[in-house]
Amino acid sequence: MGHIRLNQVSKSFGDVQVIPPLDLTIEDGEFTVFVGPSGCGKSTLLRLIAGLEDITSGHIDIDGADATNVPPAKRGLAMVFQSYALYPHMSVRKNIAFPMKMAGLPEAEQTRRIDNAASALNLTDYLDRRPGQLSGGQRQRVAIGRAIVREPAAFLFDEPLSNLDAALRVGMRLEISELHKRLKTTMVYVTHDQVEAMTMADRIVVLRAGMIEQVGSPLELYHTPRNAFVAGFIGSPKMNLIEGPEAQKHGAAIIGIRPEHTDVSKTEGLWKGVVGVAEHLGSDTFIHVHDTGLADTFTVRITGDIQVRHGDTIHLSPQMDKLHRFDARGLRID
Amino acid sequence: MARAVTRNRKIVNTALAWGIGLLIFFPILWTILTSFKTEAQAISDPPVFLAFDWTLENYGIVLERSNYMRFLWNSVIIAGGSTVLGIIVAVPAAWSMAFVPSRRTKDILLWMLSTKMLPAVGVLYPIYLIFIRLGILDSRTGLVIVLMLMNLPIIVWMLYTYFREIPGEILEAARMDGASLKNEIVHVLMPMAVPGIASTLLLNFILAWNEAFWTLNLTAANAAPLTAFIASYSSPEGLFFAKLSAASTMAIAPILILGWFSQKQLVSGLTFGAVK
Repeated sequence: MGHIRLNQVSKSFGDVQVIPPLDLTIEDGEFTVFVGPSGCGKSTLLRLIAGLEDITSGHIDIDGADATNVPPAKRGLAMVFQSYALYPHMSVRKNIAFPMKMAGLPEAEQTRRIDNAASALNLTDYLDRRPGQLSGGQRQRVAIGRAIVREPAAFLFDEPLSNLDAALRVGMRLEISELHKRLKTTMVYVTHDQVEAMTMADRIVVLRAGMIEQVGSPLELYHTPRNAFVAGFIGSPKMNLIEGPEAQKHGAAIIGIRPEHTDVSKTEGLWKGVVGVAEHLGSDTFIHVHDTGLADTFTVRITGDIQVRHGDTIHLSPQMDKLHRFDARGLRID
Repeated sequence: MARAVTRNRKIVNTALAWGIGLLIFFPILWTILTSFKTEAQAISDPPVFLAFDWTLENYGIVLERSNYMRFLWNSVIIAGGSTVLGIIVAVPAAWSMAFVPSRRTKDILLWMLSTKMLPAVGVLYPIYLIFIRLGILDSRTGLVIVLMLMNLPIIVWMLYTYFREIPGEILEAARMDGASLKNEIVHVLMPMAVPGIASTLLLNFILAWNEAFWTLNLTAANAAPLTAFIASYSSPEGLFFAKLSAASTMAIAPILILGWFSQKQLVSGLTFGAVK
């Protein structure tokens, strides 16, 4: 079980309110990702759930029981930290055993769970090493192993991949997703990387300045962002947001067009611009277009092999059915 | 050319370091040398440096006249006891200051350290009276307590500096892993802080060993440590420099040897936190 409910939870540090009262329910077995720019309060929110920070008001229920004043050790949650937070003076085996030792589990059961976790995480050969002798990826696996053996109600991940290099990050992303499919335990995952959010989450919670901007599945957020902030934050490359007369033509204060929803032609189109930088990824090309009169830069994503060079003039036509419209407050107009 | 310059500079630096080192060490060296002289040579003018008749006579007389082992044992008990007790009291204090600081933590630390700036003699009278009332005057227990209190600010400050270097996330991980506060400190914090705790132990042992004001004023016969042993040779019946030097050498020898073997630990302890 791992059902977490936040009821009017708020957090202030001194006079500064970092999280205004918010409500959120995390369903049992769900992979929920908190995403937002740095300083949006996503890590603080996770730490409130963990019990590492005291909430200023409201209450937190875990599996139906009020956990507001329960210390972190007794909440039945396991956490994986950005810095891994392994115990440097203990071997990998002892690191993984630590929570079980604290819980007073019998030796035999401890050994069984360590062996299971080690084989699942490819750590069997490293059990007698110290964390200092491991690579970043291996350390992260140990941290995950230490969390798994507790058989927690939910896993909390605080930007666990941000200290890893890009290639490793993609690999670990998959491993964590597979772990979730296998264990079917609730996972709450904090990241500033919207790609991680999109690829891993069952449900994404987009935060800004401590407030929830939108909660939804990755595709809901992609297709129907509730406001211009979510529209700009979710999706890579970012959605083009255009204000002014062009938006008014569509009866909106802001219109948004995703780079992949714009057709490019060398001869005709709705708008005209000059190619700045073209990023060739092989499968796709991102073209950054200037002098369109719409925004400083208009990004277009094209597949295939249209040959464009710096300084070329090209024509752009948005796919009208994929246009997003927002009012003056930034809220979506349907 | 550049190489020659750096080499010359290295020689100069080394010579300078040795020079300063010897200058600081000279009084101790002189004491040790004097302890091997006769009383006449000890006060001869001009002083003799090495060309004297080396003798162990002073040591013989000092050992005969005083019970060196009893003073030594008192020193060990008082210095060791006050240091260990100080660590036990200081670890929780330093933990809370390092990991759950409040707005006033810095002030409290500075205030604690400021008590070290108070002249000790200012509180001698009340402490003396308290000791009489409690019946712990001239007892090792009394000295262990008073020296522990005197050095507590330094112990807390040093441990605080070490603890601050330990990432808080590791302690949070322990909390998430179900560790109680006691287990968090015993199984995670203390093992990680072993080098720091060792340096603190060592430095405070030395400070307590060398402490003379309280040990001289609060002891008579029973609990007198080596400081009192030295003092007893600057006696009213005239100064006997050679014997005083022999007593001093015997008093500082144990701590000098301890310091020699742990100098690496001590230096790293004193400069910890200064350079990352």
